[in-house]
Amino acid sequence: MFLDAGGRAPLGPQARAAFDESLDQGWADPRRLHAEGRRARLLLDGAREAIAAEVDARTEEVDLAPSHTAGLHGAVLSVARGRRRSGRDVVVGATERAAVLSAAEFAAAEPWTAGAGSRVVVGVDREGRVDLDAYLAALRSPGVALAALQHANGEVGTVQPVEEVHEAAREAGVPLLVDAGASLGHVAVPGAWDVLAADPGDWGGPAGVGVVVTRAGVRRAPSWPEDDDRWFPGGVSVPAALAAAVALQSALADRDAQDVRRRTLVERVRARVAADVPDVEVVGDPDRRLPHVVTFSCLYVDGESLVTELDRLGFAVGSGSACTSSALEPSHVLAAMGVLTHGNVRLALPVDVTDDAVERFLAVLPGAVARVRAVLGVEGL
Amino acid sequence: MGGGGLLGDPGDDRPEDDRPDGDGPRTHGRQDVDGPHTHGRPEGVVVDARGLRCPLPVIRLARAARDAVPGAVLTVVSTDPAARHDVPAWARLRGHTVVASREEPDGALAISVRVGTTA
Repeated sequence: MFLDAGGRAPLGPQARAAFDESLDQGWADPRRLHAEGRRARLLLDGAREAIAAEVDARTEEVDLAPSHTAGLHGAVLSVARGRRRSGRDVVVGATERAAVLSAAEFAAAEPWTAGAGSRVVVGVDREGRVDLDAYLAALRSPGVALAALQHANGEVGTVQPVEEVHEAAREAGVPLLVDAGASLGHVAVPGAWDVLAADPGDWGGPAGVGVVVTRAGVRRAPSWPEDDDRWFPGGVSVPAALAAAVALQSALADRDAQDVRRRTLVERVRARVAADVPDVEVVGDPDRRLPHVVTFSCLYVDGESLVTELDRLGFAVGSGSACTSSALEPSHVLAAMGVLTHGNVRLALPVDVTDDAVERFLAVLPGAVARVRAVLGVEGL
Repeated sequence: MGGGGLLGDPGDDRPEDDRPDGDGPRTHGRQDVDGPHTHGRPEGVVVDARGLRCPLPVIRLARAARDAVPGAVLTVVSTDPAARHDVPAWARLRGHTVVASREEPDGALAISVRVGTTA
C-alpha cells in the first residue's frame, strides 16, 4: 500500500492516456516551423492554457519547468534579479521547501549589485505556521526583493496565512511567491500570489514538469544564458506537459470529494496513532491543514528501521528523520517546529487510498513500533 | 534560588568552573557545585554519545534520567545532527528542562538537562 504520495504518485489513467497519445502527436520540437513542429507547439500551448484556466491566469503567464525544483529556483532567481534595484533581501518562511531556502540564499548573495542582500528566515510555531507578525515586519523592512510563503507544507500539512501575507506584501510593493506544490489539486488555492509554483507530480502528473505562473507586472530577469525558452531553457517534454494538464483537470474534478474523504481518514490516523502508540508526537495543525498529509514522530525509535519494517509489512511511507535522508540531517521542517525528528513517519494518502488500507496500517503500526523499540532495548524509558 | 550565604559579595569574581554554562540564575552553579545533584560539576553526569546516531544519544540520556533524582543535571555530548532538536523535544515530552547548550572544542554539542519531577 503506497502511502507516500507527496510529490510522486503513479500516473492516473487519463493522464497516462494523454501521455501515450501525445507521444504520437507531440514528439517534434515545438520551436520548428513544419507541420510536426506546429502540432507539438499546439499541444504544448494547449497544456499551458488548460493549466492557466485552473489557476485563474492567462496562458502567457504560465511557464513550464523541467521540475518543481527547477521551477522554484528559476522563480526565486529571476524575480530577485528583476527586482535587484528595489532590494536584495529575500524573505522566506522557515518551513519552505529546501529548493526555496537554497535559492533564496543563493539569490541574496549574487553579485548583481554593489551590495549583496540576505535571506531573512521567519520562524514558525510548534504547529508549523509562520509567525505572522514577524513575517509582516520582515516584508515591511526596506530593501526586500521578494518574499516566499508556501500555501501549505507538504511534510506536515499545515496551511500558511497566505492571504494576510499577500495583502501586506502588496502594500509593501514586494512580490510574493507562493509554492502550491503540496496543495494545488488537493485544496482550493487562493489567488493571493504574484508568482505561483506548482508540482504536477503531486497531483498525479508525471515527473519532469514543474509549473510557474507569473502575473503580468512582476519584474523578472533571467540569471542564466539566453534561450528561446527564456525562463526555462530547453523547454519541456510535450507529452509530459500534456499529461500534467490532464492530470490536473482530473484531480480538480474530484478534488472536493477527495478532500472530505481523505480529511476524515487523516483525522482518524491522528487520533488512533496518538491513542495506540505510546510516546508519540503527532505534529502539524490538526485543523488548518491539507486533507491527505499526516506526520508523527515516535520517541526512541530509529526512523530508518521503522520505515523498513513498515515496508516489510506492505506499507510504503515517508520519513523526516535524519537517518532516512541522504544528507543524514533531520527534516528542516520538523526542526523549525521544535518537534521530535527521530522515529518520524510521514503519510501522504493517494487519491485511491481505501478505508481498509488505512485501518490495516493503523492495526500494524503499534506492533511495528514496539518491535523496533525492542531492538534498542528501550522498555521502561 | 537563595543560598545568600554562599554568594559572598555581588562584586566577587567567580572562578569559571563554578558557573554553569548558558542561562540560569547566578546562584545556580554555586548552590549545586558540591551537591549530590551534579556530582561535583555544573554539567552533572555526562553522557558521552559522540559517534552515536539518532536515536541513541536520546536513549542514552533517557537511561541516565531514569536513574537520576529530580533536580539532577545531566549533560549529553553528541555529534549526531538530530540531537540539537531531539534532546530538547525529548525534554519537553518528558517534563525535563534544558538548562544549557554549548559547542565543545571538538565540535560536539553538549546539552545539559535538569531532570523533572514527573515519573
